[in-house]
Amino acid sequence: MKSKKWFLLMALTLVLSMFLAACGGDKKEEDKPAAEPDKDEGKTEKPAEEAGEPDAEQVLYLEESAAIPSVDSAIVEDQVGFNVLNNINEGLYRLNQDNIAEPAMAAEEAEVSEDGLTYTFKLRDAKWSDDTPVTADDFVYAWQRAIDPATGSPYGPFMMSGVVKNATEISEEKMEVSELGVKAVDEKTFEVSLERPVPYFLSLMSFGTFYPLKEEFVTSKGDAYATNSEGLLSNGPFVLTDWDGTGDSWTYKKNEHYWDAETVKLGEIHVNVVKDPATGVKLYQDGKLDWTRVSGDLAMQYRDDPEAVIQPETSVFYFKFNQEKGGEKTPLANVNIRKAIAKSFEKEDMVDVVIANGSLAANYLVPTEFAFDENEKDFRDLSGNHLEYNVEEAQEHWKKGLEELGVDSLKLEILGGDTELSKKMDEYFKSQLEGNLEGLTISLKEVPFAVRLELDTNQDYDIQVSGWGPDFQDPISFLDLFVTDGTNNLMSYSNPEYDKLIEDSKGDLALEPEARYEAFAKAEKILLEEDAAIAPIYQRSLVILQKPYYKGLVSHPFGADYSYKWAYISGK
Amino acid sequence: MVKYIGKRIVYMFITLILIATASFFLMQTLPGSPIASYSKLNDTQKAIVEKKYGIDKPKPVQYAIYMKNLAKGDLGTSFAFKGKSVNDLLASRLKPSLILGAQAMVFGTLVGILLGMLAALKQNTFWDYGSTFVAILGISIPSFVFAALLQYWIAAEWHLLPVGLWNDGWKSSVLPSLALAMGPLALSARFIRTEMIEVLSSDYITLAKAKGASGFDIAFKHALRNALIPLITVLGPLAAGLVTGSLVVEQIFAIPGIGEQFVSSIMVSDHATIMGTTLMFSAFLIFIIFIVDILYGVIDPRIRLSGGK
Repeated sequence: MKSKKWFLLMALTLVLSMFLAACGGDKKEEDKPAAEPDKDEGKTEKPAEEAGEPDAEQVLYLEESAAIPSVDSAIVEDQVGFNVLNNINEGLYRLNQDNIAEPAMAAEEAEVSEDGLTYTFKLRDAKWSDDTPVTADDFVYAWQRAIDPATGSPYGPFMMSGVVKNATEISEEKMEVSELGVKAVDEKTFEVSLERPVPYFLSLMSFGTFYPLKEEFVTSKGDAYATNSEGLLSNGPFVLTDWDGTGDSWTYKKNEHYWDAETVKLGEIHVNVVKDPATGVKLYQDGKLDWTRVSGDLAMQYRDDPEAVIQPETSVFYFKFNQEKGGEKTPLANVNIRKAIAKSFEKEDMVDVVIANGSLAANYLVPTEFAFDENEKDFRDLSGNHLEYNVEEAQEHWKKGLEELGVDSLKLEILGGDTELSKKMDEYFKSQLEGNLEGLTISLKEVPFAVRLELDTNQDYDIQVSGWGPDFQDPISFLDLFVTDGTNNLMSYSNPEYDKLIEDSKGDLALEPEARYEAFAKAEKILLEEDAAIAPIYQRSLVILQKPYYKGLVSHPFGADYSYKWAYISGK
Repeated sequence: MVKYIGKRIVYMFITLILIATASFFLMQTLPGSPIASYSKLNDTQKAIVEKKYGIDKPKPVQYAIYMKNLAKGDLGTSFAFKGKSVNDLLASRLKPSLILGAQAMVFGTLVGILLGMLAALKQNTFWDYGSTFVAILGISIPSFVFAALLQYWIAAEWHLLPVGLWNDGWKSSVLPSLALAMGPLALSARFIRTEMIEVLSSDYITLAKAKGASGFDIAFKHALRNALIPLITVLGPLAAGLVTGSLVVEQIFAIPGIGEQFVSSIMVSDHATIMGTTLMFSAFLIFIIFIVDILYGVIDPRIRLSGGK
């Protein structure tokens, strides 16, 4: 009797909860404003500097999307870590408010030898937060430590291999750490020998992996180095405090020993980890945060908010077409099939309606507002658009492709992420592709990031929605991905002509910026227009809520996300 | 009694070892590599990293090493929080979770018991239906929905309590605790009501009434004590429910607890942290069940533990 009652009760509650859940869902949908077709270009960015005197109280409240895994410059490999590093430490160069790398720990522009292989940096009179001077030895130590296999750095070997002399050999345990191409000529002169001329080398100098470390401090702390705020030494605009190493909150305080402390206006920045974007928005509205990211579905809801800022990013997303699976060629090895798919989905609608966070439709691989030539002209102006949406052409390619394969229908799988947004996008792709290409059936596979990474590594997919964010300011950061057998190719794409252009850009053309950019443009054209090896989808933007009194925040296109050095509060 | 407790403790350790073994090997089947962040390195460089972290060794060897360290109380080193011991990681995040869990448990069961008693004593009245309704809501709606509702109305709209974060003293803990308490509250209310109704109709209650015992005495001294036993049985599973609930609730209120960290560690294949958290949760549960078994004897002397004297 009792159990029967229980069963009834459970059944009832189940029905009720489903009903309630359904109600909740509907209500949310209604709250969202219908997507607006007009794109207000003028609104996308706030004027960088608005007039306004800084307030007396300079305390800022921010959120971060995850805890700090590490602030050890050799070990950092994530967004949060690099962001912290950039604000508490400083390399030879720093990205300025216009995102140009300018001398920071270096006193003046570096002296470059004629063959482009030797860089000499004169250091400025800068100090660590313990009031000792920053010396050339600090750089030698930090760089050697980052490449030392015993350190286990995820970025050191990646950033230095093929760039700094002997780095590859050292990272593979074939040479001694001391043979790295770095030298402290005297206390204030640091010299670097390169493996080959690297045109973007100076922009690397703003990257966390290349920051200095004071050996005496690091070794005295031993295992405790950089595991909490006491185990850290700063040479940047701020010092980190109240960080226990694993916690969800920390504070930046102005570093009075920073060489440019005069510029730094913020006294304190309090950061809390907020993983749920909806919570972030509520905290913002409640005045507990001065700034918060608005991601996923919420972006659509808030992008027209008066306090919303749309921040363009340099991550580009695209379809990867896997040409070989389990040792056998896939239908995607056929160039016409690839072209058909690449041209058969409307991208503008997708960014406006589906993603709805100010992201840009991409007909390119190298993002816009990212890499510039000698005359500060955007690489995009040189290279133009590829693989634009065109149903007629897509259908022609499709017909031809099917004929060449000798079939009249194809079943393909799209591998994507498991976030709400990814799922929505995948549905959109499915309806677009199936609607425009007769005989195509798309199935969707939506998995967590780690799983996608593994399927990618095993090359076990047909079409994958993938993305890339650059590690340094040069088109090669993107174009290098798709050379034959590149570590991130993983789709059996190979074109000798493409490989040669990329190879040349690192060799013969390294010291000829103009020809080098032309080679990049040509390579991008081969990759997209001729081979349709990948199909660009969009360049991501981020919707942010930012209080009007929070001014001077600088966001960066690569490396760390933000600099708070120039930020201040005015009119709170 | 002492012999019984001793035996139970041995069983508890065996259970934990089995759980550790099972989760160790299950975890190896998880997709994703703990050194996924090294994906940018070439194969030689990657191999060196694998060697450094000892994940190039055969699985049985890794298992042996893990168990050996575990015996020493060392849960290993986190992959996500580079170079930090899992022991420290868990310790630093334990406090908020414990506070929330304890508050939710105490508040939930106490209020649940009162509601259940009210419903039983005033059977088929407004009070009964009201408490049944609350109980159904509590059972059917997951805690994270309550969390979102409480956060929206009480914090964001009426500004009575903080929206989230863990920096406002006791105030920060109220809403998440309430959200978590709904489950235990509902369940205890249902259990107590059913049991009380049965107990109230038994002979000894009639006798107590006949002897002229007061209504209060009958309800609390005689009826409740007997009605409590089944509730105690479900306290263990209830605590387990709290753990799963806290995974999401902590995230919604941006609380630096263990649940929230557990989810993140799974996402990034941080094996040592996953193991550590699983073991800690398991140990906690096993302990609760143990306590519950001991409590039986206290509440109902008829339940004798292995012929204890």
